[in-house]
Amino acid sequence: MQLDAKVPGGPLSEKWDRHRFELGQISPANRKKFDIIVVGTGLAGSSASASLAELGYNVKAFCLQDSPRRAHSIAAQGGINAAKNYANDGDSIQRLFYDTIKGGDFRSREANVYRLAQLSNNIIDHCVAQGIPFARDYGGLLANRSFGGAQVSRTFYARGQTGQQLLFGAYSALMRQVAAGKVTIFPRREMMELVIINEQARGIVARNLITGDIETHAADAVILATGGYGNVFSLSTNAMSCNVTAILRAYKKGAFFANPCFIQIHPTCIPVHGIYQSKLTLMSESLRNDARVWVPRDSNDTRSPHQIPGSDRDYFLENKYPAFGNLVPRDVASRNVKKQCDMGKGIGETGLAVFLDFEDAINRDGKDEISKKYGNLFQMYEKITGDNPYETPMMIYPAVHYTMGGLWVDYNLMTTIPGLFALGEGNFSDHGANRLGASALMQGLADGYFIIPYTIGDYLSVTSLDKITDEHPAFREATQEVNSRINKLLSIKGKRTVDDLHRELGRVLWDYCGMARNEKGLLKAKKLVQQLREEFWENIIVPGSERDFNQSLEKAGRLADFLELGELMIIDAFARKESCGCHFNEAYQTEESEAKRDDENFCHVAAWEYAGYGVEPLFHKEKLVFENVELTQRSYR
Amino acid sequence: MTKTINLTLKVWRQKTTEDKGGFKIYYSRDTSTDMSFLEMIDIINEQLTLDGEDPIAFDHDCREGICGMCGAMVNGRAHGPEKGTTLCQLHMRHFSDGDTIVVEPWRARAFNIIKDLVVDRSALDKIIQAGGYISVNTGGAPDANTILISQETAEKAFDAAACIGCGACVAACPNASAMLFVGAKVSHFALLPQGKPEAARRVMAMVKEMDRLCFGNCTNETECEADCPKEISITNIARLNREFFKAGFFSSAK
Repeated sequence: MQLDAKVPGGPLSEKWDRHRFELGQISPANRKKFDIIVVGTGLAGSSASASLAELGYNVKAFCLQDSPRRAHSIAAQGGINAAKNYANDGDSIQRLFYDTIKGGDFRSREANVYRLAQLSNNIIDHCVAQGIPFARDYGGLLANRSFGGAQVSRTFYARGQTGQQLLFGAYSALMRQVAAGKVTIFPRREMMELVIINEQARGIVARNLITGDIETHAADAVILATGGYGNVFSLSTNAMSCNVTAILRAYKKGAFFANPCFIQIHPTCIPVHGIYQSKLTLMSESLRNDARVWVPRDSNDTRSPHQIPGSDRDYFLENKYPAFGNLVPRDVASRNVKKQCDMGKGIGETGLAVFLDFEDAINRDGKDEISKKYGNLFQMYEKITGDNPYETPMMIYPAVHYTMGGLWVDYNLMTTIPGLFALGEGNFSDHGANRLGASALMQGLADGYFIIPYTIGDYLSVTSLDKITDEHPAFREATQEVNSRINKLLSIKGKRTVDDLHRELGRVLWDYCGMARNEKGLLKAKKLVQQLREEFWENIIVPGSERDFNQSLEKAGRLADFLELGELMIIDAFARKESCGCHFNEAYQTEESEAKRDDENFCHVAAWEYAGYGVEPLFHKEKLVFENVELTQRSYR
Repeated sequence: MTKTINLTLKVWRQKTTEDKGGFKIYYSRDTSTDMSFLEMIDIINEQLTLDGEDPIAFDHDCREGICGMCGAMVNGRAHGPEKGTTLCQLHMRHFSDGDTIVVEPWRARAFNIIKDLVVDRSALDKIIQAGGYISVNTGGAPDANTILISQETAEKAFDAAACIGCGACVAACPNASAMLFVGAKVSHFALLPQGKPEAARRVMAMVKEMDRLCFGNCTNETECEADCPKEISITNIARLNREFFKAGFFSSAK
């Protein structure tokens, strides 16, 4: 199958306008004849559901949690980018586009990224109209701050809770449509299977997490906005319920999975402190605006951080990258932190941490000013570690944070299954091999508010859709599949718990498919993951029954899917014989140990097609064509 | 400094909404004081699973205090004894060796118990559906900087908008009132110029819905403010009352 990204012709800056004109339309009076399923209620899912309902479509929105407002977009801290140039520092759509594509190490699709930069401004306008309390200057205008990988201030923020406020905006728009009768909410539901009829996505099978009922829902199109799969590592900054199940089910039904090995490891997270640990907590990238990253020059230095004078500190990011300093992109920062710790210069009990120090900023701006910007983050840090960051520097270490990979989508955000769309972190489209800070919120909202409302209309207008209901035999079959999987899980009655096996999977992936990878390690990891998968299906213990509120069963189903994904990630990492962005293959590095791309052979998206359980997936490639930017070695020095 | 403590837990177990339920005793031995409260329950659950028993059901998700999914009464306090802290951010260093800890679900007429510590808070979504939004459709918004909002106003609106909808205020209130929750949302929008056109209609509709859903009234006990993990101020309840009277006297909103 030849992948067609359906990128419109014409100059880059005119593509989206032109495309919008060329897209087919559904008239306002006819939209109510169409039912659309949206799985996930984070920024992408809520904004899509609300916008589609406003247009007149009938929307069914599904979420795992008890309310749409809890989706993990809520935890995004630092901010959202837009090319407003309010700071008068030379920003423009072109510059945001360029920074994003360069930040992604030239592994994303030009036209998608340009459109994202264009829409960024509409997002801010809309969010302000919704009543989102963004930070303001004394004159009442919107305030901006800087983020990694940029030399302008273009990040809009609401203290350290930007994701929360943006999600509440989308959630309130969604609730308004529920009240208007255009959206039906299905909370505490987990999508278990995608239903395909006549090669079109026509519905889902979901499990009611309270009663255990298996429910079937038919529709004219299905949108997956189910987020990323960072929890495959067991420990990540993702919420506990973040999972790959929905997109993996779609993959197994024929949707291609793109760049699964592109995992963002965020440099500034609270270090691991014990085996019982259930999750890791991010400390926003915005902190790097004011904090300085350092380690003692002498690894045997036992003085407390305050007693170590400047001359005995190694501000390794500032020294190595004078142009961007502490604000280098995440992949670069993480690798440098790892390198310091690998050299034995790490601090703390485990030696797996570096300092993130606010001393200079507090001396310069005063404690109040710093508290206004980052107060909630400092408080969170103190709650978890028991240390007060106003007095002692924070200790941080990289952790799994975001997944650039996801379902392959074309310019219309449609997967390789007609009628199945993927939005937000669940697709692969805009961030290449590394996402810049404050870009995830931008992408989720661009997809949901401003792209899918147009492109889904085109699909519905040009496609002939049979009239079907959930009485169709395909739903019965899918339900049987779901039931037999659940029964299998409950019947194994082995000796290892889900959490226990999941931790082991996470360790394997972290060691061999994490911040640095090599072929020997990947081959080893592949075997280990296969063994773990076998062990899972023979030795897992899942208590309780299927007709119950059974959290163990939920976790077991998700782990089964993570175990398949883990292998896919390894296969993808092995196949990409270059380093780019987050994917650092030790065999391919520059003399300064930066990621060394191979544009001749690997300037493509790797899209994997499912070929059966335990069978090597089929490789497809979408060649990336750069007409408007020159491919260069990224330099942040 | 990390140390370990031994604890006795009395946890509310209830199989279904209809089940009568009751306390069961569990022991948490060699609990690291660096653990979070939920991590301690994770470990108990891990053992229950291996022993062939049903683990304790509890809601949780982000485990960094922002999603609002977690929550239980710990020794009679919503989210436990620490000020401004969600249950997932409550760490065991705040307990002492030998303590007995009583853990119960939120109890309120508007919140049914689903299982063990898990309750149904969909009533809070219904209140938002009644009017907790600004009626703007996607598209057509003016440039963001055409609306000037003073820093002070934006900060105040933010303070109210920071509510995470966990339901602790309802659980802490002797009347099971949702006034702090409603007050926070009404305040968030009433303070901002964007929220003004619908202010009267919003407050009337939200209060009406709150009453319909059997939440109690406010009698100024201030327990909600004391237990709110985001330290939402009861000033927001005062503002809710003011907005309600204003709408009642000076608008046609019913």
